[in-house]
Amino acid sequence: MQEKERLDRQTIALRVAKEFQDGNVVNLGIGLPGLACNFVPAGREVLFHAEIGVLGFGEMTAPGEGDWELVNAGGQTVHEQPGMSCFDHAEAFVMIRGGHVDVSVMGAFQVSEKGDLANYMVPERQIGVIGGAMDLASGAKKLIIAMNHTTKDGQPRVLKQCTYPITALNCVKLLITDIAVIEVTEKGMVLKEVAPEWTPEEVQRLTEPTLIVDPDCHEIELM
Amino acid sequence: MPVNKIVDSFDEAVADIEDGATIMIGGFGIVAGAPSLLLEALARKGSKDLTMVSNVTGFGKMVWKQLGFKFAEDPDILVRNGQIKKAIATAPVSTIYENNFERLLRAGKVELETVSQGTLAERIRAAKAGLGGVYVSVGVGTVVEEGKETKIIDGKKYILELPLKADFALIKAHKGDRWGNLVYRRTSRTFNAVMAGAATVTIAEVEEIVELGELDADAIHTPGIYVDRVVVRPLVIEEEEVEINAEAKESYEKFKERKGN
Repeated sequence: MQEKERLDRQTIALRVAKEFQDGNVVNLGIGLPGLACNFVPAGREVLFHAEIGVLGFGEMTAPGEGDWELVNAGGQTVHEQPGMSCFDHAEAFVMIRGGHVDVSVMGAFQVSEKGDLANYMVPERQIGVIGGAMDLASGAKKLIIAMNHTTKDGQPRVLKQCTYPITALNCVKLLITDIAVIEVTEKGMVLKEVAPEWTPEEVQRLTEPTLIVDPDCHEIELM
Repeated sequence: MPVNKIVDSFDEAVADIEDGATIMIGGFGIVAGAPSLLLEALARKGSKDLTMVSNVTGFGKMVWKQLGFKFAEDPDILVRNGQIKKAIATAPVSTIYENNFERLLRAGKVELETVSQGTLAERIRAAKAGLGGVYVSVGVGTVVEEGKETKIIDGKKYILELPLKADFALIKAHKGDRWGNLVYRRTSRTFNAVMAGAATVTIAEVEEIVELGELDADAIHTPGIYVDRVVVRPLVIEEEEVEINAEAKESYEKFKERKGN
């Protein structure tokens, strides 16, 4: 059976950005989450935070055109904009750990039914890159995970229990994958949206825990 | 006698960093905030068995030179020079290629303590502030919690993280004066401002030395009390040829690819 089409990176980022509310302070992780800064819904003002010590920066610059002393956490140069503030690392993490950052978006290797997150180490490699992931996962008011629903060989990454080393427990609030949008609740994982052409049953087959299908479950809305 | 923390050369600035010292290195991993010339001087001095406290263990000069940086050394220079015994870092390895630290770690030639970034900042700040430690909730239920004292405060579990002090802090600032007052530029403040004062001796590499009073008293980021030595980068440097080997080129291409994403 030929598998149905999944959402690409840009489309996942577009869906992620829909979660940003007016006035939110948002921290975007390296890679796919970072793309979401290009898709802030029209009419909403969002302040981007980077743990390198900057709040309220603009979009990424064209390659080679930026100021190397103004970069995001991924080392990409970004535009300066009025209202932007710069600070040191301790301050940047006071903002994160003190619960002042509204939304954190990052990638993951695995997410469990209870919202546990594993994203800093592949066990085979034995050395992890913790970076700011543990801080952001524990400190942000709302943690959104953007990732592919399955591994390259089709194994579920949404699991009953994470098998990879844990980054933080009970932290994931919303999961946006290439085939579904899932909310983590106290009752369990609630399937809210599915990718075009996909059915809840097909998403369930690629998901280890039993999903609660929301009565209002519908096709992913991008706008 | 007027207070004068300015030293004449990078070699003089690091002359008393002996074997076995614990050193903090400022910056984030992005070379803009790294004390590149102090690192070069320490590499020339060749002190061994150093314990290094830094956000990353380094990507190497190649990557930064290719991107157009004039001063391109990051902590990797000490790693590849065989001067490091142990690293305390948040991102010790690269997610895209095997850096020199990973190679040495796999060969059993260096030790590693991985810390989460906010905890690294707070442990350093605790040392600077004279605190006996800090209780943090980050890392509860993870490998970070293993072997550490915990405490329930207001119904929430916290881990006791101990202060992290060094013999020397090597930092990079934008401007400094003879009292050691410093200002940083944009996202180059990072760990530099946190580490200033967390070591017995703090050495600041600056782009410009200014007269007392030129830095507005309300705008100074690091008051001079935390800084022991200030050394200025040369205005003109000799252009050097960068040798490009196949391996470095490949890792740079991968790096560029990642940056493009």
